[in-house]
Amino acid sequence: MTSLATTEAEASARAEPRSSGRLVMASAVIVLVAWVLVPIYLLVVNALGSVAAVTAWPKALVPEFDLASLAFFANYAGVPRALLNSFLVAGLTMVLSIGLGAPAGYALARFRFPGANLFRLAVLMTRAFPLPLLALPLTVLFIRVGLDDTIIGLALVHTTLAMPFAVLIMASLFMSIPEELEEAAWTLGCSRLSAFRKVVLPLALPGIAAAGIFAFVISWNEVFAAAVLTIENKTLTAFLLQSLDVSPLPLKFAGGAVLIVPALLFLFAVRKYLFSLWGIANR
Amino acid sequence: MQRLLSSQKVLPYLLILPASLFLAAFFFVPFVQVVLAAFTSDDGFTFTHFRTMADDWKFMPALSNTLGLALVVVPIQITLALVMASLVTRLRRGRDVVLYVFTIPLGISDLAAGLIWFALLEQNGFLNSILYGLGIIPGPQNLLDYRNTAGLFVAVVIAEVWRATAIVLVILVAGLGLIPKEYDEAAEVFGAGPLKRFFLITLPLLRPSLQTALILRTILAFEVFAVVAVVAGNNLPVLMGETYAWQFDLQDHKVASAYAIVILAISLAFTVFFLWVLRDRTREAAA
Amino acid sequence: MMRRKQGTMIALAALTLAFSVAGRAEAQGLLFWSTQAKPVEETQKMRTEVLGGFGKPVDYYGNDAGPFFTRIQAELKAGKGTIALLGGLHGELASLSSDLVDLKDVLSATGDAKINPTLVSLGTYGTAEQKYLPWMQASYVMAANKEALQYLPAGADVQKLTYDELIAWGKAMREATGSPKIGLPAGPKGLLHRFFQGYLYPSYTGSVVTKFRSPEAEAMWNAFKMLWEEINPASTNYGFMQEPLLTGEVWVAWEHTARLQDALNQKPDQFVTFPAPAGPAGRGFMPVVAGIAIPKTSPNVEEAKALAAYMLKPETQIATLRATSFFPVVEVTLPDDMPAAVKMSGATVAAQSAAPDAKPSLLPVGIGGLDGKFNKVFIDTFQRVVLRGQDVRQVLDEQAATLKDIMTESKAPCWAPDKTSEGPCPVE
Repeated sequence: MTSLATTEAEASARAEPRSSGRLVMASAVIVLVAWVLVPIYLLVVNALGSVAAVTAWPKALVPEFDLASLAFFANYAGVPRALLNSFLVAGLTMVLSIGLGAPAGYALARFRFPGANLFRLAVLMTRAFPLPLLALPLTVLFIRVGLDDTIIGLALVHTTLAMPFAVLIMASLFMSIPEELEEAAWTLGCSRLSAFRKVVLPLALPGIAAAGIFAFVISWNEVFAAAVLTIENKTLTAFLLQSLDVSPLPLKFAGGAVLIVPALLFLFAVRKYLFSLWGIANR
Repeated sequence: MQRLLSSQKVLPYLLILPASLFLAAFFFVPFVQVVLAAFTSDDGFTFTHFRTMADDWKFMPALSNTLGLALVVVPIQITLALVMASLVTRLRRGRDVVLYVFTIPLGISDLAAGLIWFALLEQNGFLNSILYGLGIIPGPQNLLDYRNTAGLFVAVVIAEVWRATAIVLVILVAGLGLIPKEYDEAAEVFGAGPLKRFFLITLPLLRPSLQTALILRTILAFEVFAVVAVVAGNNLPVLMGETYAWQFDLQDHKVASAYAIVILAISLAFTVFFLWVLRDRTREAAA
Repeated sequence: MMRRKQGTMIALAALTLAFSVAGRAEAQGLLFWSTQAKPVEETQKMRTEVLGGFGKPVDYYGNDAGPFFTRIQAELKAGKGTIALLGGLHGELASLSSDLVDLKDVLSATGDAKINPTLVSLGTYGTAEQKYLPWMQASYVMAANKEALQYLPAGADVQKLTYDELIAWGKAMREATGSPKIGLPAGPKGLLHRFFQGYLYPSYTGSVVTKFRSPEAEAMWNAFKMLWEEINPASTNYGFMQEPLLTGEVWVAWEHTARLQDALNQKPDQFVTFPAPAGPAGRGFMPVVAGIAIPKTSPNVEEAKALAAYMLKPETQIATLRATSFFPVVEVTLPDDMPAAVKMSGATVAAQSAAPDAKPSLLPVGIGGLDGKFNKVFIDTFQRVVLRGQDVRQVLDEQAATLKDIMTESKAPCWAPDKTSEGPCPVE
């Protein structure tokens, strides 16, 4: 909020010499917003359409608020439980990947040490390898050690998917934070740890938020491992998405809408953290 | 202990230790098993599975489609994300709403994104309905015709750009925020136009984030599959789709592993390339 | 400000941990791991209307092939499992057959139910053990929008169609409407390979393996290319034909009976179903058989067997038919209040197999885990010959070599419509 106020103050302080430039910018924003929102709007139209409307030609562009398809999911056994599981797995994945990724990212950004590039490549390899092939050996391992069908087990797998993002994003963020700031803190008597906490961490918060958001959505959207590694504790995505592509059209769209709404709410809730960076940069 | 912890030599290794142990347990152990499967048969070391893979008539199309999609999609996404990011930073009002809208596709899985775009582009879909309503076309047109490979390719590119530009955007936005505004303002005082400021100040300072975004997005682009399958059916084979097919439909784990290694090799090659091209030259000079 | 953010983070972490540790303890029912009844509505009905009557809790999951195989293979490898019961198609269970419990005793325990003996013998995969019990069956039939009937060529009876008449019909519809109106499920989720294996090849060559590259097959592919001219090109995206039939994109389609049910149930007066067309060698058709099997890692073999026996009871079979539109494998008298799709496709399936020129095909029996590769031979031939316009003779020769490898590797003898062979089924 404070950042918004500052921006507006700044804006009015400056002259307004280029109103045509502003017009171009405003229309660009509108076009891009429409580019993102229109397909989602059409999904909603389909989700709220009756069976007849979804298969009609030509299609209406205004929703008719027929809730039959959506109501099916409200009554579908196990949806609330799966929703909770999804949030738990995604939350845990977020915590794990930040906890493991932040130190590694800091190491890559601040130190030049033998093996740094090897580590970087190794982290990336996890992301470059098709998960469905890893799922079989991982499931065998999990069954043997008792992690099978647990939320924590699935979160561990999702963390391997999210960690490359966490490590690299945070490394690039820490790299952008001037080393001099940290060194200044040391000369003022801060230990490395407290300098990190008091100087670097606040600056890196948006990056951490970005990494956290990725971890969350990666986990939220992941189907395959979730379908294999959990049974009683299915996530919503594994629960619904797997069967949606073979379900009748109206349910396909309604289910798609059911799936994305919680993720959108999450993004809305955390947008401030991502945004807080301007508060810092603008001062 | 305290001395050891703050030692420049040991500290970085301590910092990467948790992540390394984690990856060793959950990635490398299964990974080695997959590699072994790709290179061995009952009689020991072999290239047979790679030969089976390469001899299949779908291998070359899958390889070229995957590379082609990545080479077209990733640059578009980087450019679009840069445009979006700089627009957002220059907005005076409604920044956080606009930024939120731009990040929405993050919350949509690839399969769901495929369904959305298929509903738009299919024969009785929304796009045709709109064109028909405007009197541009006389009736439903098949936009996803298998004979029109270029059209299918474009459709997949559009869906992928829509779905995955947000990943790049978030990384860039986080990086942009760390560039001190003073640099930009100083340049403005010296009379540099917005474009010049963007290319001479913003872009170079954004290099670490740009590199990260480029690497991650390219790696993900080589794994493209769900969107292609929904939008283009079987008509645009891609490497990841073939991996799935060999693993599950054809029940040949070894050839699937060979495909996985091809995907890994391409990804690594591009990663090394980006790391080298976008390396930190100032640091090298200093060291 | 900072403090509060950290605080929320830590609270969130603690909450997540607390929940995830507590997650597992609940009582678990028998896990029924299946590839069938995957659409959400069918899964729902399986759980409530079919399995609800078993008396003990059953967890039913319909999966894609990927998670289905990965999970069961992992359990078999780990030697410890949670899956009590497997449900899958004949071809899917084949690759697992060496790890399945012999179900002969269940078969003898269901004395009063008359189970179709052909299907029972399919369930042995040619071994002495009963690897799976037949669970439900279906077939593929044709469906047409009534709008299409006016364009039938003169003298053609829709119930006794030939492939030549189908081509002429398609041509008439295309010329009248401006776009091709026949559809085939040629998308990634479609079952087109069965059209070639069980319908086109038997109808034109009276064979599926032996005469794969014969001159008759060459003529067949050339005829099919003509048919393809009348087929909606969007077919390469179709998984289930019920949707394009409902939207009117397609007027005439060949499809699995269960994948037509939405169209037939929603607009029973708009559609007709009829047997597949006939070719020079007869009217080829093929069954779909799904079976129930018990993996050796099943945590509770006795209860799983009890559930398998329950699934074969006539009442359960009728409930399954209502839920999935798959037909019973035991002799039952169907009540009158069945859904329209069941009535229509049931009559057509019966007419198809009773046709004087009927040419029934069996499912592949001895090829085990090579089932997927066997399917690929046909789909690849289709994609190369029809979609990419490659030379028929050359493609057939190349694909025949692959087919021959499959037969040699599996040592599978011929199955109907091919004549039984000594040793692996030859590709001439």
